[in-house]
This record gives sequence, C-alpha cells and structure tokens, in this order.
Amino acid sequence: MLTPMLTIDRLGKDFGGIRAVAGVNLRVAANEILGLIGPNGSGKSTMVNLITGVFPPTGGRITFREEDITGWLPHQVLAAGIGRTFQNIRLFRGLTVWQNLWVAQGARAAGRGFFRRWLATDRERLTQIEATLDFCGLGNKRDELAGSLAFGEQRRLELARILAADPELLLLDEPAAGMNVAEVGELRERILALRGRGKTVVLIEHHMELVMTVADRVAVLNFGEKICEGSPAQVQDDARVREAYLGVRRER
Amino acid sequence: MDFYVSLLTLFGFRILLGLSAYVVILTGQISLAQAGFYALGAYSAGAATAIWGWPIAPAILLGAVVGGFFGFLVGFPALRVRGLFLVIATLAFTEIVRMVFLNLKYTIRVGDRTIGPAAGEGFRGITYYFEHGWSGLQIVGFTWLFVAAVLVALWLVDRSRAGAVLRAVGEDELAASSVGINLTTAKVSAMTVGGFVAGMAGALYAHYASYVSQEDFGVLLATFAIAYPLVGGTGSVLGPVAGVLFFSLLIDGLRFLGDWRNLLFGILIVAMMNLRPHGLIDVGLLRRLTLRARRARPASQA
Repeated sequence: MLTPMLTIDRLGKDFGGIRAVAGVNLRVAANEILGLIGPNGSGKSTMVNLITGVFPPTGGRITFREEDITGWLPHQVLAAGIGRTFQNIRLFRGLTVWQNLWVAQGARAAGRGFFRRWLATDRERLTQIEATLDFCGLGNKRDELAGSLAFGEQRRLELARILAADPELLLLDEPAAGMNVAEVGELRERILALRGRGKTVVLIEHHMELVMTVADRVAVLNFGEKICEGSPAQVQDDARVREAYLGVRRER
Repeated sequence: MDFYVSLLTLFGFRILLGLSAYVVILTGQISLAQAGFYALGAYSAGAATAIWGWPIAPAILLGAVVGGFFGFLVGFPALRVRGLFLVIATLAFTEIVRMVFLNLKYTIRVGDRTIGPAAGEGFRGITYYFEHGWSGLQIVGFTWLFVAAVLVALWLVDRSRAGAVLRAVGEDELAASSVGINLTTAKVSAMTVGGFVAGMAGALYAHYASYVSQEDFGVLLATFAIAYPLVGGTGSVLGPVAGVLFFSLLIDGLRFLGDWRNLLFGILIVAMMNLRPHGLIDVGLLRRLTLRARRARPASQA
C-alpha cells in the first residue's frame, strides 16, 4: 500500500473498566472499499465514534491525510474530509428531506465566506442537492418530512445527507441493517458508484454477502482487537474469524 | 380606544420576548435567562435616556446590545448543560440579575425628583415619551417598528440555511455536528440573538412603563417567555405571536369570570397542550398551508 489516506495506530478506548477498543492498527488507502466486520459488541461502532470525534480515544493516534486528527471534534473531522452515517438512523426528522441535505452542505461546500455558508442559496449548490437526492433514489421525496419516510428511505437519506457534505472518506455504519434483498442490491451499486467517483469507503456491516462482494479488503474485530485482515476470500477462510463468529468446537 | 392601543403595545413587548425565547428553543435549549436579558435591556436603556440624556432610538439599541452581550456570555456555559439543568442554570442567571438590580443604586437629582435605579425602590423616571409629548399611537407605532423588524428578520433567517441549521441542532446535536455544524457557533449565536431581542423588548417596556423594578423580571416573566413559543408553536415565527394572543386573551379576555378565571386559565392550558401538543401553529399546519398555497398558484396562472 502506498501512503494510506487514514492511519490508525494502537487506537484504544476504555469505558470505565470495559475495554471497547484495544490497540487497533488499521490503514485505509485512498479509493479503496474496506469492510470492517465483527460480532456484536466487538468495537466496530466505537471505532467509528473514535475516528469521527464523538468521544476521544484513551490511547493511540488517528492520522488523516498526514494530519493528526486525534481528539478533534465531529465537525472538525468532517471539515477534514471524513463523513459517517449512523447505525441507528439519526435524521433531522422535523426538517424536510431537502433541508436535511442543505444543512449538511456547509463546511466543505464551495464558498467558505460567512454569508455564503449560512445563507447558501446559489444555484450550483441547489443542483448539487438535487443530483444527490436522485443518486439516492429520493428525487420525488424532497419536500417530505424526514421523519415521515419509510425505513428504507430513511437509510438512503442518511447516506444522501452525508454525501451532501462531500467527504472524501465515508464511514458507513451498518447501512444495510433492516434492508430487503432488493435494497441491499441497490446499496451495493451505490457504494461501487461512489468508489467510481473517487470516494473511499469503510463499510461496517453484519451483512456478509454485501461486505464480501464489494470490499477490496476486510478487517475483522473481536473483543476490541483486530484478529484478521485480508482479502474477502482470505478472511472467510481464517480459522480465528470462524471461531469469533461461530464459537470454538469442543473436542470430545 | 386607549385601552386597545396600550394592549397592542403590550402585545409588542410580549411578542418580542416570545421571539427571543423562540430563537433559543430552535437549538433545543430551554432558557429562563430571557427575563434577565429583558431586565438588563430595561435598566440600561432606561439609564441611557433618563440619566445620560440619550435620544430614544440609540437607547433602545443599547438595551438590545447589552442583552445580546450577556446572551453571548451565557451561551458558553450553557453549552455544557442541557434539559432541566439548563433551565435551572438560566433561572439562576435571571435571579442574579435581579439581585444585582435589587442592590444597584445609581441615582441623580433632577429638580425635586430622584431618577435612576434606587436599589429596592426600583428605577423611577424613565419618562422620555412623556417629556417629548408622545401620544399612545406614537408609542405603539414606535414599538411595532421594532416588532415588525424582528419578525421579518427572524422569518428570513428561518427560511435561510441558518434557520435549518439551528433546527438541526435542536433535533439532534450529534447528527448535526457529524454533518459539519459547529455546535458552539450555532448555540451561542442563538443565545446572543435571543439576548439581543429580549434586551430590545425590555428597553421598549421600560420606556412604556416609565418605572421598572427588579420584581417585574422574575421567574414568572421567564416562564411566559418560553410559554409563548411552546404553546404557540415553534414551527415558524407566527408561533410565538399565536402564543402571545392565546395567553393575552386568556389573561385579559376572561376577566369577566372573576375568581373563576384562574381555574379556567389552567384548564384551557391543559386542554391546549393535549389538543395541540406541538403548539397552535405546528409543522403539520404550516405544511398544509404551504401546500395549499402551492396548489392554488398554478391554478390561478391557468
């Protein structure tokens, strides 16, 4: 791997006496799709929260584009170019679909002047929002309240909203949770299309088929530690991964 | 006639006070500090005209700026607390302001009159309107210039991205910060604007009343400030206006009921909160109205 886009060194997080993340090293290259998997409670979402500054790590270092972003606040991390979605959908439910994107289209969008950023009504940006809505299949929902959308649409709006902020690196936290087969298929196409546009994606997922078919590499967490990393095929054959997911076979 | 003119003037102060709380509520902060800002605006603007001999317009502006400055100061510690704790903390601010004015003595003698804040006796002699021979109509017109300006300004903010940003912060702070919103900027701005508008309201009130006392600026005023937008609805600037009308009609319109008024007052508020939990003018009503307006437009063009 050439110079990685995101470098995570010995990242650790303790919650009281519980070690949620224990010294994880991880590299993400520009324009790759990295799958991050692991059983429930293995520390995947905590990793996302640490990278995006929801809480500070207990130890370790996070470097993005050669800049140390450890301990930055969420809006600063976004401004640096890292965006994320939430496992338990967190939309602005009382705003319209369109407004959800408008709000997100701030820090990184063209025109950093105070008034352009806060009032932001120029045509270029409005067409960007329309295009993003179309990309996520929400073109006909723009004036609906976010809270009134169906579940699958809310998941798509989560993605659309963070795309409006135009991050270079996307951390998608279980974007396929609760989706049916057809929706997962669309999501796969969308993730691949995003890579085609030059985005880098870290996909945190339980949906194995999705991860194994889109990811270039997969990293596996268990009890806060990285137990395996490699191509999808390598990971699937790894004994430790099977153990983590299926348990140890007892010798009789 | 005079009764209605002074009622309309009172509506003006109440609407401004309600709007000041409205801006802060948009970011999810319930603040009882608005009464404190109102008091600061009243005393500083009163001092400007009565003691320092300023003209009225700059004095009102001074009251607003003083309110805004203290809003800015309150905004930072307010970031660290939320919910009921913020309510308590901001109420403490209002009480501190009240205690300061209870002890502040800064008076001058004009002829045989004592003018200025005289500690527990209150602030006498804010008589700019009287000295310049303003009629009731002039006072109501002057007051409503400010009310209209604030209504229009906040309505424009609401329609801009800034308004959506404030609402997004109120809906979900974590989601808002993760899409790039600086929570400190958003919440402190809202508190500053809220302080500015409340200070302006207090400044106008002080000149209308000509006498103010710290007793007027306690928890009851603070409660009404948040009740206007909460009961009227936080979907648009019309919400606090509706809230003011609702409460004012209850307070003044039910006077004929005598002692039964307090009972009915309580029952009506409980009924209101059950029938329209998101306020008189809620998001649903606003959407129905805008959709109807949109549907009407192409029809009229055809």
